[in-house]
Amino acid sequence: MKPVLKKLAPFILLAVSLVFIGVGLLRGEHQTVLEKAINICMECIGIG
Amino acid sequence: MDKTTCDITKEQNTKEQNTKEQNTKEQNAHKKGDTNKEVNCRKVKKKKGIRLWIQLLWTAITNGYVIGFVEGKIFKGSSKQFCVPGLNCYSCPGATFSCPIGSLMATLNARQFHFAFYIVGFLMFFGSLFGRFVCGSLCPFGLVQDLLYKIPFPFKRKNMPGHKALKWLKYVVLVVVVFLMGSLISDATGLGQPWFCEYICPSGTLIAGIPLVAMNEGLQAAAGFRFALKLAILIVILLLSVVYYRPFCKYLCPLGALYGLFNPVAFYRFEVDKEKCVGCGACQKACRMDIPVYLKPNSLDCIRCGDCKRACPKGAIGRAKILPINSSKSSAVEKKNNQ
Repeated sequence: MKPVLKKLAPFILLAVSLVFIGVGLLRGEHQTVLEKAINICMECIGIG
Repeated sequence: MDKTTCDITKEQNTKEQNTKEQNTKEQNAHKKGDTNKEVNCRKVKKKKGIRLWIQLLWTAITNGYVIGFVEGKIFKGSSKQFCVPGLNCYSCPGATFSCPIGSLMATLNARQFHFAFYIVGFLMFFGSLFGRFVCGSLCPFGLVQDLLYKIPFPFKRKNMPGHKALKWLKYVVLVVVVFLMGSLISDATGLGQPWFCEYICPSGTLIAGIPLVAMNEGLQAAAGFRFALKLAILIVILLLSVVYYRPFCKYLCPLGALYGLFNPVAFYRFEVDKEKCVGCGACQKACRMDIPVYLKPNSLDCIRCGDCKRACPKGAIGRAKILPINSSKSSAVEKKNNQ
């Protein structure tokens, strides 16, 4: 990887990550996460 | 002119004095060297101690809902729509945020979503900032393994037998168990299963399963084969952690596998000054992840504990400077390294 590209990569990735989070929020994915997280996850603890 | 016996004895005396002075100088230099070494050792211990404190503090903050541990319930606040960077089960009674892998599986399992933009965005965010520094300093299960490895044991090893092949297993877990099985396998109603959380994750068993089952009679009655299986996996990993350094992080953790991909391009990354480096291998000797840091400073397996930086006798390993992009000392070092 070229040095300049390597230096730019984290900035690009950070920008893409923020776009992804924005898209996820618009699609309501955070609600799915919240719903799952505020109830005991039976699978996670090995029950259910 | 002939030398008198008096002159000869004078010369001998001065020679003796000179050799005595030299000896005392050498002794002083040795003493200074020893004291410098002692000071360096103290500094290394202090810096190592700082990482442990960061791990403890982070674990306490992100699992600070004490009432949950007292009452056997979990936190239900809106902060749980956000993820922590490390593997931290959201069903832990103290957890105030969500686990990224659990959330990723929950979103992939949902009927309406085929891709988890929100969680992948979070993972990319943490990955591009820190890489696997998250594993080294911000993961509760990493902390548990670090503490277990401190237990004295006569046959301590860095790696398990078959390390070179086993270290690729975490990528299989990430791609097959988390992404493919999570998004492709679903029941008649279209809902998927969190396969990794259900059958593998030892962190969930340790910080969520055991405390919740211990405090809830209903859950005790429901605990069956799957709970026993997860408990067995946890016990094996904990026992292995006493002998081998971070076996779960090295061989199984999908989160570590994913963050590792960001190591070469994250804001927080290392570089080796090839002019200073003598290739002595002191960095690899100090590295408990067994990475030849002088060759691969941004290895996918590096958890950024910093042991290599402290061990390098030439101070050749340092943090890569990202800014400014055009002209910096680090870009000069990178150019030299590329040549």
